[in-house]
Amino acid sequence: MTGAGELLDLSLTELSTALGARRVSSREATEAALARVDATDARVGAFLAVAADRARARADAADERAARGARLGPLDGVPLAVKDLFLTRGVATTAGSRILEGFTPPYDAAVVERLEAAGAVIVGKLNMDEFAMGSSNENSAFKPCRNPWDLARTPGGSSGGSAAALAARQAFGTLGTDTGGSIREPAAFCGVVGLKPTYGRVSRYGVVAFASSLDQPGPLGRTVSDAAALLQVIAGRDERDMTSSSRPVDDYGAALEAGARGLTVGVPRAWLAEGVEEGVARRVKEALATYERLGAKLVDVELPHTKYGIAAYYLIAPAEASSNLARYDGVRFGLRRAGAGGLKGMYAATRDAGFGAEPKRRIMLGTYALSAGYYDAYYLRAQKVRTLLRRDFERAFERCDVIAGPVTPTVAFRLGEKVSDPLAMYLQDVFTVTCNLAALPGLSVPCGLHAEEKLPVGLQLIGRPFDEATLLRAARALEREQGPLPAPGALEARG
Amino acid sequence: MPVSDFEVVMGLEVHAQLLTQSKIFCGCSTAFGGEPNAHTCPVCLGLPGVLPSLNRKVVEFAVRAGLALGCEVKRKSVWARKNYFYPDLPKGYQISQYELPVCEGGGVPITVDGKDRVVRLIRIHMEEDAGKNVHGVSADGGSGVDLNRAGVPLCEIVSAPDLFSIDEAIEYLKSLRAILMYLGVNDGNLEEGSFRCDANVSVRRRGEEKLGQRCEIKNMNSFRFLRQAVEYEVRRQVEVIEAGGKVEQETRLFDPARGETRAMRSKEEAHDYRYFPEPDLPPLVIDDALIEEVRRTLPELPHDRAARYQRALGLSAHDAQLLTAERSVAEFFDAALAAYGAGPDGAKRLANWMNGDVARLANETGLAPAVWKLTPEKLAALQRLVDAGTVGGPGAKLALEAVFREGGEPAEVVKARGLAQVSDEGAVEAAADAVLARSAAEVERYRGGNKKLMGFFVGQVMKEMKGKGNPAVVNAVLKRKLGD
Repeated sequence: MTGAGELLDLSLTELSTALGARRVSSREATEAALARVDATDARVGAFLAVAADRARARADAADERAARGARLGPLDGVPLAVKDLFLTRGVATTAGSRILEGFTPPYDAAVVERLEAAGAVIVGKLNMDEFAMGSSNENSAFKPCRNPWDLARTPGGSSGGSAAALAARQAFGTLGTDTGGSIREPAAFCGVVGLKPTYGRVSRYGVVAFASSLDQPGPLGRTVSDAAALLQVIAGRDERDMTSSSRPVDDYGAALEAGARGLTVGVPRAWLAEGVEEGVARRVKEALATYERLGAKLVDVELPHTKYGIAAYYLIAPAEASSNLARYDGVRFGLRRAGAGGLKGMYAATRDAGFGAEPKRRIMLGTYALSAGYYDAYYLRAQKVRTLLRRDFERAFERCDVIAGPVTPTVAFRLGEKVSDPLAMYLQDVFTVTCNLAALPGLSVPCGLHAEEKLPVGLQLIGRPFDEATLLRAARALEREQGPLPAPGALEARG
Repeated sequence: MPVSDFEVVMGLEVHAQLLTQSKIFCGCSTAFGGEPNAHTCPVCLGLPGVLPSLNRKVVEFAVRAGLALGCEVKRKSVWARKNYFYPDLPKGYQISQYELPVCEGGGVPITVDGKDRVVRLIRIHMEEDAGKNVHGVSADGGSGVDLNRAGVPLCEIVSAPDLFSIDEAIEYLKSLRAILMYLGVNDGNLEEGSFRCDANVSVRRRGEEKLGQRCEIKNMNSFRFLRQAVEYEVRRQVEVIEAGGKVEQETRLFDPARGETRAMRSKEEAHDYRYFPEPDLPPLVIDDALIEEVRRTLPELPHDRAARYQRALGLSAHDAQLLTAERSVAEFFDAALAAYGAGPDGAKRLANWMNGDVARLANETGLAPAVWKLTPEKLAALQRLVDAGTVGGPGAKLALEAVFREGGEPAEVVKARGLAQVSDEGAVEAAADAVLARSAAEVERYRGGNKKLMGFFVGQVMKEMKGKGNPAVVNAVLKRKLGD
């Protein structure tokens, strides 16, 4: 292996092959990643914590296994990073919030366990919107994260660090979580692949909860194959998460190269009709045309209840969040501030100092929505929308294998552009929340650069429950046809 | 207008700990006590990222209770979050059941003043217990939180407003407690809080249909306190009404030191618990197989057992109720009866032992039947010795106490302690002669027609023989000597 730059340009899958052939060591790959973080992260802001020593030790152990011919699998020795929403034993975990100041988890998240059991080297914890609430990473309590394609732009959110670190070549794969688009939107903005699995496909144990009925961990990779390799390891039943499915996990590599021929792609025309910026719509339509050219069949589908998605989402998610965030009370862990008036004063002072504006806003929204006398009108009604959305999709999937459309209405927007307008920020999720509400798998795959903005555009693919394999196959068909995106230039231009 | 012109109407909410080894949503021990926070893990500490994982044994126990109480066990029920802030509630919400509980309907049989009736139940649901705040524990006198109890499984059993006197309420609690203990799902310990009760109390003028405004009374951890609290509360409510006032809906706390209830929070201050379905747990589905399995293994319940004792063994209602209050005691009795076999009046005699000396000794020592040195076989053997005239009543009582406290075979104890009854006519005659010789005046009066004096002579002879004389022989010898 020659330069570190070249090494870092390898995909996860390519690196894995090189590690297997012992053309490169895990220690080299890890050092390259750590050095890259060192060199670039002051500008990107993707990392909240770097666990260099732990990573080096694990890399050496991986190399020792490789030397014995006892590699654990494709992830063995591969440097990865995870959103700071995943608990990591002995490594501070903040969920992007001041209220977890001083909290060092005594246990690992299930997915972290699985990654490490597969030999992966976790180099650090990634920046995010506080408690995963946001679409631009600007709600991080610590620092903004920037888009490696244009440092004046956001990487999206809430898994902003997870997408930016990949685009910046700081890690070979990352994990994020997606409650209303938090994997797919940043993946689209940063030109990487992001997959939100079916609700229940991946264990939520050890993931700081935002909205429990919507949250789902998932992989981000620079290629479809990388995302598939990560999902393969993290998917599956976990007895500690009773909402995780005991359905067998598919072999995601098996059908990856099967192509688009024979697939029926459903197109919700309304998603392209209004509210989508023209340049984004153009790339999405081209991707659809590509599918047709590759032998897929396009059919129009109707998802008439999509328009209620945002309203339902912004009742259910804050309602659950208001309850999930009650445990941050200063009693047992994290921040504690003394306040006037004994116990209640301590609660108020701690939560006032510890939570940023967005969690506070959502706690208030959610508390209101669950209050006596309002529950039926808000929470219960929003739950009914979920049922209607699920039916929309069931009907659509009678006629197609995957549904394709935009991930976001625009390409990456500028930092500060929407911070003063929460509603505009919420509308960013219009195409992504439906997946979460209907518990379906959704994937974002790059479909080219915006013609004028020269920024990545993502194509969203939505699949049947637990049919991640078909999503990955469809995404791979497009990726193979259009070739890789160029590496983002913003960092190199200055560095 | 006196209190007696009013009728009390009560409904009780019982929180009974389900006797599983581990907590409801994690693997921590449910053992009582222990160093503060010794029985905790990330799940019951409510750390970030944890999820509840349901202990199926808890469901089985709740179903067991539900079936025994004649409830409808719901094939599908839903977990819910009850949200409120308190330091002993680690997650800021309690996982409970709300709109769809595991059981609905059913009832608890009670017997009051010899009349049987069934107190209707509204529902049974499962939930996790909270921890407890401990005050003045830190160096600066601050408070701490002990979460050993957090996540201990409870079932809440809610009765209809179907209890019309304090006696009924206490009978209800005793019956329910006995049933749960029979089922092995609860240990019935009020002091340790594994069986606790809140009371909804209201009063109305006799003859009125409409229920009065109710108050919820908390913190009564004994039957005595319940009686005090309800008596106080009834007086208080009647006084309010008599004074032309209105009883306000509120939650009141019983103060055992003063024997009073006092307002804890009013309706306006009542929590809005913001219940919603627990998204971390799928709806609870109970299949027929579980229900059938539980039904198959239900034991005979106290009320049924008591009825059987009266019907088949001819015991009095009182004896039957005493014997069946605790399953272990009833089982001891059954085993003793089996060991005794078909002797004359065996059930009645053994019941007398059980409800008399055995109950007294059990009370004094606080020991459970499982650890008694007295076994069913030994009790049966002792009664056989009585039947055979080997030991008399007073001697048998002493022998029982000795066996209960120190063990040993009754026959040997009787022998070793010289408790055997003397039936030998020669010995009795010697004692009778001595008594008659020094009681010339009484003998004169007896012969003159005062036959009641026989009792005096018998007593004197028994005394002379240190209580060991066989009463039948003593009687016969005396009658002969006195010329009857």
